[in-house]
Amino acid sequence: MMAAIAVTRFGLGARPGEIDAAKADPRGFLTDQIRRDGADKPQDDGEDAATRFAWMRDYQEQRKIERQRKDGDAAGQKSQAAMDAQRQLRDKIDGDFLARARLGANTPAAFRERWALFWANHFTVSSTKQITFAMIGPFEREAIRPNVFNSFENLLVASSTHPAMLTYLDQASSIGPNSRAAGRRGGKGLNENLAREILELHTVGVDAGYRQADVTEFARALTGFSVGRDNEDRAGQFVFRDNAHEPGARTIMGRRYAEADIKQGWAVLKDLAADPRTAHHVCSKIARHFVSDTPPQTLTARLEKRWMDTGGDLAEVAKALVESPEAWDPTPAKFKTPYEFTLSTWRLIGAQPSAYDRIAPILTGLGQKPFSPPSPKGWAEDAQTWASPDGLIKRMQWAQGMAAAVADRTDPNALAVSALGERLTPAVAKAVSRAETRREAFALLVMSPEFQRR
Amino acid sequence: MTAQMNRRSLLGLGASLGISVSFLGSQAFAASEGDLAKKKLVVVICRGGMDGLSVSPPVGDPDYAALRGSIAMKPEQVLKLDDTFGLHPELKAVHALALKGEARIAPAIASPDRARSHFEAQDVLETGASGVYGADTGWLNRTLEALAPIRKVEGLSVGATAPLILRGKVQAASWSPGKGVDETARLPTLLQDLYRSDPLLGPAFARGLETETMAQQAMTAMAATPAMNEMAASTPAMAQPAGMSSTMANDRQNRAGSEAARKLGSTLGGFMIQAGGPQIAAISLDGFDTHAGQPGQIATRLSYMDAVLDGLHTGLGAEWKNTVVIAVTEFGRTARVNGTGGTDHGTASTGLILGGALKRGGIVGDWPTLKETALFENRDTAPTVDMRGLFKGVLADHMAVDRALLESKVFPDSAGAKPVTRLV
Repeated sequence: MMAAIAVTRFGLGARPGEIDAAKADPRGFLTDQIRRDGADKPQDDGEDAATRFAWMRDYQEQRKIERQRKDGDAAGQKSQAAMDAQRQLRDKIDGDFLARARLGANTPAAFRERWALFWANHFTVSSTKQITFAMIGPFEREAIRPNVFNSFENLLVASSTHPAMLTYLDQASSIGPNSRAAGRRGGKGLNENLAREILELHTVGVDAGYRQADVTEFARALTGFSVGRDNEDRAGQFVFRDNAHEPGARTIMGRRYAEADIKQGWAVLKDLAADPRTAHHVCSKIARHFVSDTPPQTLTARLEKRWMDTGGDLAEVAKALVESPEAWDPTPAKFKTPYEFTLSTWRLIGAQPSAYDRIAPILTGLGQKPFSPPSPKGWAEDAQTWASPDGLIKRMQWAQGMAAAVADRTDPNALAVSALGERLTPAVAKAVSRAETRREAFALLVMSPEFQRR
Repeated sequence: MTAQMNRRSLLGLGASLGISVSFLGSQAFAASEGDLAKKKLVVVICRGGMDGLSVSPPVGDPDYAALRGSIAMKPEQVLKLDDTFGLHPELKAVHALALKGEARIAPAIASPDRARSHFEAQDVLETGASGVYGADTGWLNRTLEALAPIRKVEGLSVGATAPLILRGKVQAASWSPGKGVDETARLPTLLQDLYRSDPLLGPAFARGLETETMAQQAMTAMAATPAMNEMAASTPAMAQPAGMSSTMANDRQNRAGSEAARKLGSTLGGFMIQAGGPQIAAISLDGFDTHAGQPGQIATRLSYMDAVLDGLHTGLGAEWKNTVVIAVTEFGRTARVNGTGGTDHGTASTGLILGGALKRGGIVGDWPTLKETALFENRDTAPTVDMRGLFKGVLADHMAVDRALLESKVFPDSAGAKPVTRLV
């Protein structure tokens, strides 16, 4: 049973033979996947954020000029060059997503990948802003993946200083009202979006007892954290704008921060990373993600203790999770998200999505459009959200489509065993074996309560 | 056929159940209930903190222009409502209804909680509790529960995921555009067998199948072309920002988005006028978190909302006269423009109340004005109406929900939120 849990709950669903491979030492199978240098990169040749930033800005500038054109037929029309640029960007962004999905479908180290996906969702950036959209892939490659087994502080700083995050949460243009830049750029000033979400979502959590004044003070401390503009040396990279930084000392959640440049914001991030409320908030989320929508208190406490004992060493927290008996409860409590459901189906047949258009429409239809979480809170984790009447119908239709494409070449009974191992219930085994056709059997298997959960 | 929990509770109450208990079988109840079975309520949740001062700009308020600075609208830009308020120029259909007395604004409405977190505030809006974590079920679901012993009322949410407002003991339906179910396949029946003892998947799947049947009928009834597939392809997934399609928008894409939105609204209307269709529905619209570059962003979102409401009006046809629509957001935004041409999280916002069942009238609730001394924490539009009061008023007067149950079950500890009466 433990091997089946290791592969389906901690991982992303069984590939052929994977449960057998985990049988000898299910815990070791998982801890062997933890490594200091982080999670895998979905592709080796992806552009960096700065390159993507430059492309998107070029496209935006071109469109701006075209929209202002007043001459006859071409007024406001999109030129062929602009359409080509847009297409190129789209292909790149879709390519990022497809590469990530393929990694998820193929990787033998699926616990490592799930761990990376958890952190990418914890530090959500989304397509709602065009400039951010182009940098989501690079954000995961540059800020998240290298740091998921690093200290939480390093991960937090990497996320909070990445151009994708700085543009997504409007930090790049936030200016201290009493800074030198404020006088020069009329009507520009403070934006508290990133400061609020770091407190509420990334670190101490919404019930940590901070007030509006703390949010505003933190926003002042963060002024200057910005992104290089097109015409600057560090275009599309993190910059600290000294002249936009609000002068003076700050008081945030009872702690005083002396006047300083970039070090002021860093000092706040460092304190937030070390705060026990952060350990509690984030460890609760880890427990909810991996084990149950309502995880046992003892599990969260165990993770918190390891977090505090090791200064937020995420590799150690991952080990503590694997060591926790509560995480191995044989009853599967987690209902798969659309991304997990589709990936686990590809893994089941030892395949991968052949094109972006094979995976994007179903995810969009199920409410998990690629790279487009609806808010900075990221994708929901709970069964209640995803197990909607409409969602189940659409899952079934997709399962039928997949069955039509792949099931004729499979042995459904063997597939059921390799998918679920000892988690295969007699009811599901019977339903699969009694099906009229291979296709029906395949669809029944992936729609079974056991395969829909992990 | 599945026995649903609310049906079971009916049994417990000794109600006669000598009729079919399917989704499509509620006419037996309706027959004895006459007009009440026709009453419809649609709740639109605008997520992200919709800026009330953009929805209904108080261009006649002497402090408005100065507070809003670069994003203030001029009196001649807005669609006039009265000497103080106009509507955003994108809300054309809403304005046309307002001129007929079938749309009104509540310009300073808020939830009872003062959190400025989207997620907590949305929870409060949807649970109907007095504060965060006060309840884990939605108030529309508890409304269905309260009505169940008296008459069967169906609830439906539009979108791929189930919103909290309709979660709870009663299994509500959910629907979003997609292709139809193959009626000839055995799979649905086999899955129902597999899910029989599954408390989560069993009821949800059964309800999904019923809704699909209804969708086919609604579509046929409306002689809907283009096919649902095309609609699915052109509909930005509900409750999600449209991503590239809104940000990389050109006019044509915007028009396509509006067309899809109108279609979505009219399909929902088509659902609601089916025999035994849902009397209560919820739909979510996203993308209202306008921290920067607000004017362009909110124009896009409001034109989308306007199209949904316009489609709903069309789809309901003659049944519009039995309908109330409420559009609310988790909180409003700061009265002052921020440093990036946007606004930050605030308190009160504008609620829209529409429908043929509405009485003609002015604004709902008082306008606190934008005087510095009147602003909440010298920052936000101050709340003068607790949105639970609006919900209670509409549920009591329009949907005939028992007042005692409203206070005890649907909105517990809401004694301080006076029901807004005489709306219908």
